[in-house]
Amino acid sequence: MRATPRLVDLPPGATATVQELAADPGLRQRLEALGLRPGQNVQVLRRGWWAGPLHVRVGMTELMLRRRDAARVSLAA
Amino acid sequence: MPNTGKSTLFNRLTGHHAQIGNWPGLTVELLQADLTIHERALHLIDLPGIYDLRGHSEDEAVVRRFLEGSAVDLVLVVLNASQLDRQLRLALQVQQLGLPAVVVLNMADEATRFGVSINAEALSSSLERPVLPLSAKYRQGIEALQNAILAELDRNAAQPAEAVTQLEEQLAAVDAGLDGAMAALVARSVHLPDTWRDRRTRQLDALLLHPLLGLPLFFLAMALMFQAIYAIGVPLQEGLASLLDQFSQAVLTPLLAPLPAWISGFLLEGLYQGLGTVMAFLPVIGLFFLAMGVVEDSGYLSRAAYLMDAFMERLGLDGRSFVLSLMGFGCNVPAILGTRVMRDRGLRLLSMLIIPFSLCSARLNVFLFMAAVFFPARLGGLVIFGLYLMSFLAALLTALLFRGRFPSNEPLVLELPPYRLPTAGQMFSRAWSEVKHFWLWSRRFIILGVVAVWLLNNLPAGVEPASSASLAGRLGTLMQPLLEPIGINPKLTVALLFGFIAKEIVLGGLAVIYGQADPTVLGQAMAADVRWPQALSFMVFTLLYTPCLSTVAVIRSESKRLGFTLLSVGWSLLLAWLVSFAVYQGITRLA
Repeated sequence: MRATPRLVDLPPGATATVQELAADPGLRQRLEALGLRPGQNVQVLRRGWWAGPLHVRVGMTELMLRRRDAARVSLAA
Repeated sequence: MPNTGKSTLFNRLTGHHAQIGNWPGLTVELLQADLTIHERALHLIDLPGIYDLRGHSEDEAVVRRFLEGSAVDLVLVVLNASQLDRQLRLALQVQQLGLPAVVVLNMADEATRFGVSINAEALSSSLERPVLPLSAKYRQGIEALQNAILAELDRNAAQPAEAVTQLEEQLAAVDAGLDGAMAALVARSVHLPDTWRDRRTRQLDALLLHPLLGLPLFFLAMALMFQAIYAIGVPLQEGLASLLDQFSQAVLTPLLAPLPAWISGFLLEGLYQGLGTVMAFLPVIGLFFLAMGVVEDSGYLSRAAYLMDAFMERLGLDGRSFVLSLMGFGCNVPAILGTRVMRDRGLRLLSMLIIPFSLCSARLNVFLFMAAVFFPARLGGLVIFGLYLMSFLAALLTALLFRGRFPSNEPLVLELPPYRLPTAGQMFSRAWSEVKHFWLWSRRFIILGVVAVWLLNNLPAGVEPASSASLAGRLGTLMQPLLEPIGINPKLTVALLFGFIAKEIVLGGLAVIYGQADPTVLGQAMAADVRWPQALSFMVFTLLYTPCLSTVAVIRSESKRLGFTLLSVGWSLLLAWLVSFAVYQGITRLA
């Protein structure tokens, strides 16, 4: 079993708290700029068809991100 | 900040008189404008939208270099009022640098609707700068902003403006505490709703981003949009064309009669005809940009990126490439310029390679004419639809073939803004400026192209225009070994040669080549010379080969590589020849 859950594993409708961004500086900065930073609550609104992107909400901002990139976001258990 | 309506505010303050200018020390061009507030002359510069003054992106570096290189009297920090929970960072950084500033909380109308309430006074006293909620879109609070700008300028008049020194060091010193400071500031002065912010957006998304219905609905919306554009635009175009024709016959012909025949012929049949063809085409372009503007500003375009990303990812592209290709259906040039949002070079080049296959409005003009000449009305629509399908397939095939050569692994994180109702005024002024830009842009090429067509058809001196003895005729004959197998005769060859410059001059060129100005008569002359499989092959070739010289020019300037530009041109010519060959030979063998 995986030690920490990741954003990519979160089912639609579920909310969790961001723990860490294990991404390269470019992606990390982009995520943080859009509000996805450690300590913030993130909710998955929907998951795209055919392994498509996630539609998530952080604070007052909604964004889409690819599953590959969402796998870099670990969540507090 | 991006997506805060900064451009709308810029336009509101400056009244659309902005020019693009180079700024010393920066490689990019910045929009700037002179404006007067209460008889005081000011100069306003539109910097790129950024999230973080310490960011790694090109835009963020531009803003840093700008602040370090120029002494500004006042900074306007434009934030989205409903997203202060993350956007106050920028205001705090500006405060840290000690820059005189007015903080604008734009889209305040939306914030109210979503249940966000802001204590602007508390924010203002914390930031030590005026904070003004306003709505640039609905023109609320603009006057208060103008007054605040003047008041701040007066207040700071004693201190001379200075460029920022040691910007990165200053910001690095406070970065660790910035998150905490922002959270505390938000807690003190912004009340965020506990419930979901926007019922309308949630309900629309449930339908428009539905796993099964989302894509069909999107394509239906696009089909309806194109249908509407042409249902309204084509009659307008025909009306305008006949008006221009009447003007030429009633006014210009008698006016130019005293001139030698070759001069009046050149001015009238060459220049006026060519410019007239494009001018008649402007209503369709205007409608197209109007519709695209509505789709974009409503928030649906970023949803299209979401819907198509899974598919595009498998082609080595992403949702943004799809959106740009879609914009390419209007005009390829702005779509290629739009690839600037991509940081990854492979992704950007691959997107630039597929965008020229988008059936742009200039090509559509040729197809509408030829479909009407060579096919009965019912089949004509099917032919046009088939060409759209082929445009899509060509882009798909190109991506599949070349994705290995242009690999990319750029992450895709995009904001999905709430759905917004664009205002009519905003849409019209935007479409108007796009049309103006298109007209100025294409005019140069058309004049150039028309001069070339005319010269080729009328040289060497004394030759019968466009006959096989003219330069054009000889060139057409020379190309026959290559083009005869795809059914392109010498006359069509010349038209294709000019289509390389711009598709807008193909029809004008055909008119000169066949010596018929009136579209109906021109159609009859063509139908007598060319059979329908040849016409179809001509249309396919026109669809697939290089869209126009302008597109080639922007591919060259944006990719900064000659080799890539040649690949783009060469591949599209090869594909055009192969598909035309298959279509023409297939039909003639079967029939």
